[in-house]
Amino acid sequence: MGKIKVEDLKKIKEAMKGTVNLREGQHRVKITVHMGTCGIAAGARKIMDVLLAELGDTGKTDIMLTTSGCAGLCNHEPMITVEVKDSAPVKYIDLSDEKAIKIFDEHILKNNPVVEYALSMGSETTY
Amino acid sequence: MQDLSLHILDIVENSTKAGATLVKIQIIEDTDKNLLQIIIEDNGHGMDPEMVKTVRDPFVTTRTTRSVGLGLSLLEQAAKETGGDLSIISHTGHGTTVKATFQANHIDRKPVGDIGSTLVSLIAGNPDIDFVYNGDFHDESIELDTREVRAELGGIVPLNDPAVLKLFRDLFKKSGKPEQHEYGPEV
Repeated sequence: MGKIKVEDLKKIKEAMKGTVNLREGQHRVKITVHMGTCGIAAGARKIMDVLLAELGDTGKTDIMLTTSGCAGLCNHEPMITVEVKDSAPVKYIDLSDEKAIKIFDEHILKNNPVVEYALSMGSETTY
Repeated sequence: MQDLSLHILDIVENSTKAGATLVKIQIIEDTDKNLLQIIIEDNGHGMDPEMVKTVRDPFVTTRTTRSVGLGLSLLEQAAKETGGDLSIISHTGHGTTVKATFQANHIDRKPVGDIGSTLVSLIAGNPDIDFVYNGDFHDESIELDTREVRAELGGIVPLNDPAVLKLFRDLFKKSGKPEQHEYGPEV
């Protein structure tokens, strides 16, 4: 039977000692993947997978990746919203793996919004 | 929805929006009876009897609430296409149990798909909710209880840490050949 091994968890805990919960603190960037029925059917889980892989590769702890429901623009799914602290939130639409990676590299890491994939900039923030 | 793991992701998103703190997901195959069952049980705020009656109807549900929509209707359709069915038991204040039954070898039965990816997405997006997964199908059995993992990590490492998520993902990586449609031809 497949099960999580306690030794593996101990190793992670050991490696994290001293880094004091950076992930729980203030985030510079919040990424929201829209995971309503429409988003999931259009491939939101793959976008989540791609962003999680990118996030894991960078090792950065000031980026928060979360999910939300349908944003009301089902025909434009998969969608994400990127909120960089003290900047206007940006909604990205009709995403693919490649677009998600470009947004991660440009907007999330370097704070240069990828205008050609964006639906709009501005509107309400969630923090 | 291309496969059952995406349906599961969708239905569990309902649970998270219903304020659940614990969601149990089971996939069980009974080869003797040729049945595949998916059971999703949450401790969210539940639905009243009137809502349970109407929740499968895509038109009624979208009119009465925004938190549940096409998801259950689509899962019901996927189950019925195989001669199976969907049942919903819910009590206000106690939670909801959704059970989908499929004829396992029916030609229209969707493949199970990438359960690992579904669980990783759920845990990453909802690190404060506990998930219990029990999968026993295709001669393979996998168990995951985030309550145990959380206790072991002792609040030092959150469940959505990339290293922890990788452990979850690796748990579901098949050692053998890549998963194709289980009853279809080899590709």
